[in-house]
Amino acid sequence: MRPSAPRVQSLKVYGAIAMTLPHDWALYEVFVRAKRGLDHKHVGSLHAADAAMAIEHARDLYTRRQEGVSLWVVKSADIVASAPEDAAAFFDPAEDKIYRHPTFYDIPKDVETL
Amino acid sequence: MWPKVRNGGEWMYTQGLLEAPPKAASAVEDSERMARFQARIDAEEKIEPKDWMPEAYRQTLIRQISQHAHSEIVGMLPEGHWISRAPSLLRKSILIAKVQDEGGHGAYLYSAAETLGIARSELIEQLLSGRAKYSSIFNYPTPTWADVAAIGWLVDGAAIMNQVPLCRCSYGPYARAMVRVCKEESFHQRQGYHAMLSLARGTPAQQRMAQDALNRWWWPALMMFGPPDTASQHTALSVRWKIKRFTNDELRQKFVDFTVPQAQFLGLMVPDTQLHQAEDGHYQTGPLDWSEFNAVLKGNGPCNAERIAERREAHAAGAWVREAAIAHAAKRAARAVA
Repeated sequence: MRPSAPRVQSLKVYGAIAMTLPHDWALYEVFVRAKRGLDHKHVGSLHAADAAMAIEHARDLYTRRQEGVSLWVVKSADIVASAPEDAAAFFDPAEDKIYRHPTFYDIPKDVETL
Repeated sequence: MWPKVRNGGEWMYTQGLLEAPPKAASAVEDSERMARFQARIDAEEKIEPKDWMPEAYRQTLIRQISQHAHSEIVGMLPEGHWISRAPSLLRKSILIAKVQDEGGHGAYLYSAAETLGIARSELIEQLLSGRAKYSSIFNYPTPTWADVAAIGWLVDGAAIMNQVPLCRCSYGPYARAMVRVCKEESFHQRQGYHAMLSLARGTPAQQRMAQDALNRWWWPALMMFGPPDTASQHTALSVRWKIKRFTNDELRQKFVDFTVPQAQFLGLMVPDTQLHQAEDGHYQTGPLDWSEFNAVLKGNGPCNAERIAERREAHAAGAWVREAAIAHAAKRAARAVA
């Protein structure tokens, strides 16, 4: 038995469904706060028709085992990020400012609690 | 498209639906980028969505992650059929939770695949049109309740063996998705073995049912690890890129070594007359019938047509929900503006 109709036919039959697929459901990024006192942490993404649905989907998808007490969702398109190929130059100015770290300073051993 | 949006503040965090990156300006630049890319992988650093990556790495990952996602989605079907016929309320609750997890795993993985610049709708279209591959294991039928138990024990057990090393895969979003998947997968295997144990300690008829299910799933489970290393097309490059950490045969051997004693504990017979423990402690199996594997892979398995037909039906039946959700969202947005 053939597994399915030949591709051309299957596309014709299911073409209408396929056309509804590039759905207008936006991509959302999901952030979960695991417990009070911790930051919200990025866990992944999902598609939803609107923000309310995104929150419900996020609960079902990312907190099936009590992984969170709070959720954030944000449209992926609304996130502004630095460019990785510029990272070296972009973050470079901090590299030679070693005096910003406490270990830069040699303090005599006799001085305690510092 | 790609470079323009970069400075416009419209970078999608997951790089969702952006087009493929532009071709490198020159071969020299390309080889320099390639060297930096490989050095990063060699140093066990992760590759993240917006990093430069060779096109073959991107395509390999899209293929592997999406096939994995499709497998989770199709994998809901053989067990889903048993939800209404589970032997107790507890077993039914467990099975619902497991099948929901499979759907969740599919969603985690589609989400990871999307970070490589392919739309989820395109991936789903590939599955529904029959162009995409998924694990051939799901093209076998589940005629009895014991098959559901055997799937949890053997199929999820083999999946864990494959998936644990993927938690250290070089591609960040895939590795992170696999960490979540593996945490949940352990429940799948243990509930399966638990159900198998109930049958193995049950009536003679239940014991026969358990043995029959083991007979049906043993060889297909071994074939889940893919073709032998001598015949595998993708292994070398995938190992260099740390997409794959162990070869098919290494993982298969590990699975056999873990599983044979588990079968012995159940008092069941592994359906392999040539199976024996070698001097080095490893269990040696008889030869695998790869002609069967290839036939199932090519679409001639017992349930290939049924699985895809069922996915298409489910997708078509859900169309009105997707459309209604869009209409509802649009209406609420319009009201909010007014």
